[in-house]
Amino acid sequence: MAEPVVSIRDLTLDLPLGGDRVHAVDGVSFDLMPGRILCVVGESGSGKSMCAHALMGLLPSAIKVMGGEIRFDGRDLLKQDAAAWADLRGRRIAMIFQEPMTALNPLMRIGDQIAEMFEAHGLLTPAERRARALALAAEVGLPDPERIIRAYPHQLSGGQRQRAMIAMALALEPAVLVADEPTTALDVTTQAQILRLIAELQVRRNMAVMFITHDFGVVSRIADEVVVLQHGRVVEQGAADAVLTRPTHPYTQALLAAVPSLEPPPRMPLPAENPAVEVTGLSKTYVSSAGWFRPKRRVAAARDVAFAIRRGETLGLVGESGSGKSSIARLLVRLIEPDAGAIRVGGSDFAACTGPALRMARQRIQMVFQDPFASLNPRRKVGRIIADGPVAHGVAPDAALARARDLLQLVGLDAGAIDRFPHEFSGGQRQRIGIARALALEPEVLVADEPVSALDVSVQAQVLRLLEDLKARLGLSMLFITHDLRVAAQICDRIAVMRKGEIVELKTAAELFARPEHPYTRELLAAVPSGEAA
Amino acid sequence: MSFIVQRLVKMVVVLLAIVVLNFFLIRAAPGDPALVMAGEAGASDEIFVAQLRERFGLDQPLPVQLALYVKGIATLDLGFSFRQQMPVADLIFSRLPATLLLTLSAFAISLALGVLFGSLAARRAGSWSDTLITVVALVFYATPLFWVALMAVLVFSVTMGWLPAFGYETVGAGLTGVARLSDIAQHLVLPATTLGLFFMATYARMTRASMLQVSRLDFVKTARAKGLGEGVIQRRHVLRNALLPVVTLAGLQAGTLVGGAVLTETVFAWPGIGRLMYEALLQRDYNLLLGIFVVSSAMVLIFNLVTDLIYRLVDPRIEIKA
Amino acid sequence: MKTFWRNLLRNRGAALGLVVLAVVLVVAIAGPMLFPNSPWRMVQRPFLPPMTVPGFLLGTDALGRDVTAGLIHGARVSLIVGLVSTLAALAIGVPIGAMAGYFGGRADDALMRFTEFFQTIPSFALAIVLVAILQPSIYSIVGAIAIVSWPPVARLVRGEVLSLRAQEYVQAAIVTGHGHGWIIWREILPNTLSPVIVLASLMVATAILLESSLSFLGLGDPNLMSWGYMVGAGRTVMRQAWWITVFPGFAILLTVLALNLIGEGLNDALNPRLARER
Repeated sequence: MAEPVVSIRDLTLDLPLGGDRVHAVDGVSFDLMPGRILCVVGESGSGKSMCAHALMGLLPSAIKVMGGEIRFDGRDLLKQDAAAWADLRGRRIAMIFQEPMTALNPLMRIGDQIAEMFEAHGLLTPAERRARALALAAEVGLPDPERIIRAYPHQLSGGQRQRAMIAMALALEPAVLVADEPTTALDVTTQAQILRLIAELQVRRNMAVMFITHDFGVVSRIADEVVVLQHGRVVEQGAADAVLTRPTHPYTQALLAAVPSLEPPPRMPLPAENPAVEVTGLSKTYVSSAGWFRPKRRVAAARDVAFAIRRGETLGLVGESGSGKSSIARLLVRLIEPDAGAIRVGGSDFAACTGPALRMARQRIQMVFQDPFASLNPRRKVGRIIADGPVAHGVAPDAALARARDLLQLVGLDAGAIDRFPHEFSGGQRQRIGIARALALEPEVLVADEPVSALDVSVQAQVLRLLEDLKARLGLSMLFITHDLRVAAQICDRIAVMRKGEIVELKTAAELFARPEHPYTRELLAAVPSGEAA
Repeated sequence: MSFIVQRLVKMVVVLLAIVVLNFFLIRAAPGDPALVMAGEAGASDEIFVAQLRERFGLDQPLPVQLALYVKGIATLDLGFSFRQQMPVADLIFSRLPATLLLTLSAFAISLALGVLFGSLAARRAGSWSDTLITVVALVFYATPLFWVALMAVLVFSVTMGWLPAFGYETVGAGLTGVARLSDIAQHLVLPATTLGLFFMATYARMTRASMLQVSRLDFVKTARAKGLGEGVIQRRHVLRNALLPVVTLAGLQAGTLVGGAVLTETVFAWPGIGRLMYEALLQRDYNLLLGIFVVSSAMVLIFNLVTDLIYRLVDPRIEIKA
Repeated sequence: MKTFWRNLLRNRGAALGLVVLAVVLVVAIAGPMLFPNSPWRMVQRPFLPPMTVPGFLLGTDALGRDVTAGLIHGARVSLIVGLVSTLAALAIGVPIGAMAGYFGGRADDALMRFTEFFQTIPSFALAIVLVAILQPSIYSIVGAIAIVSWPPVARLVRGEVLSLRAQEYVQAAIVTGHGHGWIIWREILPNTLSPVIVLASLMVATAILLESSLSFLGLGDPNLMSWGYMVGAGRTVMRQAWWITVFPGFAILLTVLALNLIGEGLNDALNPRLARER
């Protein structure tokens, strides 16, 4: 057994006073081995990011180190001064971040930002630095490196930016790489590529990698070792297969159980005739004027899209960012106006309604939004948020409030919540309030736009169950937008795959996962991290 | 390139709108314009008034008058000042250099010192030097400009006798060459500094706030993770990004700078267009007043164009956004 | 509400500003009762230095008018002009900004061109021209200040509305079937309140500075004693009688400083997340 590169012992970090707990990280110990990837897993607020920042000496000033040590190169990192840190960072320990856009200086060329790595440690001449930057850009698989190193961050795609960050981190051949959720902000196919790149480089350079993530799919794909954190404490650690296949701690078990399976449960086929919603020829092109003398930029969000949602069905719409799936959701509820097409809801064309008729017709098709924090007006009480809709449609205020109480209970909240403000609730609870609001108008169709993607995985499962249950009890039909194929597999009867404003494949969930036809669907399925070591 | 053309077109449109606004303001001035002009010329006999009417097209319908007025301004004819017995354009252009000297020096002083103090305060946020800079900036930000000017005269000229209190140069000294330049420079110190103080406070506050905001951004953390020294991080990563809103602010402040020049030149008897505006005001010389208004608006437009160009040079993202 | 006041008062600057402003307010309201005579009346010999004759704490000016009485009557003018012109500017700027931000597209383009136009014109020069042409009076002064100071309000409100309009809770209100008026009034405007309040408090300060500058140039209301006028009138005799210019100028400085401090305090108290991080 090799010697560990980094050895963290009893690390304890304190949160500022008045937080929800005293310790951000409490007595955490683990080792990083050369050539191995250690995944630190946990939900938001588990302290996983703090561990990463402590190892880089980049803790926010409000966080105080209370005890423990981080041994590296024969010394305790927690006891060294600023100059020693500056010497160490980048050269011996490097880091990549979650948001590659904000992690790059928008005013500097990519090449200069890579070359800065050498400059920071007084290495090489400017010409040599440029040559190395070019070589590194090529090594991390950036296309056309000559051009890319002269580009600014905003001119690159998300995946390319993360590659540039990795090139930077690798520049000085560090012994340790700290990766803080480096693929969370990326699409699945890009995520798969970046994970492959990190795994490859890590072997080639014999680096120790500390990989922070909340996603067990990612863990199963790259981890050698796993540390599971809950509320700042290590609840389980060990070899990846052992933890993933035979978790011993109930929390780990719960987390793993909450990861939706890629295998769709069996579902009864629903009759195709007389659908709840029928969409035909739906088109929308965004035109952005780039100024008086420039050609306009056109982006097709929907190209002649057609589908039907059967009664009682959940139709999934999956795709990567920019595929147009969110635009379809917004077109369907008339938040944006289609260029062409019809949306037949219960016999009349919803797309053709205007004015007061449109406002009345809106009742039939309601929406659940993505962000539980942005989707509720912070200045209105929960009761009003739910009752506002029915009141607008002519229900007496008292009756609407009484109904709001019932709805809150229906979505699993206390009826007393009507007198409280949104900020008093957690993310999952807010999402339930959002669902209650959508149900208040007794719609026939529910459009859910990524309703669980902002939630932790354990909460995700509960909200999905609630939606499933409500749909059955109230006889709703649902359009479910998601980027997560696992979620889609669990909740959808049929799934439509979107790319560049077009539906490339639409079939039952079971069919789609068993026999994907379109090459893009296959690519998407292949990119999904394989999950519970199945 | 097309950007510059685009901006120039926009500038001309705005200027035209200002000219039209100006035209209606003249018409809004109390009394019959011809009678006002005649009164200014010191004659009120009927024939002279009729002549004036004809000469300025005042007997024509309003749109024709407007067209005549716009045409006049396009050929730099801003009308005639009966009080000063000179064409308005000549009056203004003879005073313009003094104003440009004053405003540009004030601008340079305020920007350089403002950014310097602002970044110093930001780097030592929470220390006594930060508190000192913040408080001083706050006080100058709240002080009426004309009063600072008067106090400066009171302290540095009247009491200490260090610097001349008014004027552009020593009248009748007959200085030439370097001696004259140094004389002008001495006269410039007080007005330029007082005018600059308010703006210095503004830039210092903006720079400080902006730097503190930028230093919380992720790429600064990246810079730290690279092992860069604190000085390089602050200069290259924090300050450069923090200066963008300062450039925007400088553009927006151009109009205020012109307004400040009116007060400063009034107090220091600085022979620029600000002082000219005060004189026009005292004599109710509306033609001159509105002429100055058009010219100073044009100055602000040109200044805005320059700051826009600079912004595009420093921020590579603008190409996409525009 | 309670936490708001606690946050505001914990900010030492804001607390100080509130105290100063309270004093100025009391003086503006009660002062003229203690000094019922017109501040324009000549009551003593001219150029009386401060604290030489009892009853004339701050001395007299070149015409033998009581400087203290002038200061006290001036407080009322400054505060009224500051407050009313700010309200007027809000009345112009908020609707324009809200409509531009909410409806977007052509309406936004047109309204923002209009706003930009007013923002490019040198504001003080425009104020001078307006007051000179309309003849100096408290109405023309308030009007001119409102006309030159509404563009920042419109831009701020537009920006806020634009970002709020994209918020999911506003979209939820649209999907629910509410009308535009209801959405703007109930869902959007209440959430723009904090930044508008902060801006308004700073605008009152700027308006007071503008009014004093206009009065200094001789464009004040000829019937109302104001601080700017006093400084302007004392300017020519500054060498003999410093107090005539020093005291009113200092009064402007204190009032404006107090308002700025309150504005910053409000900003910190209303946007607590940004404030506590240094």
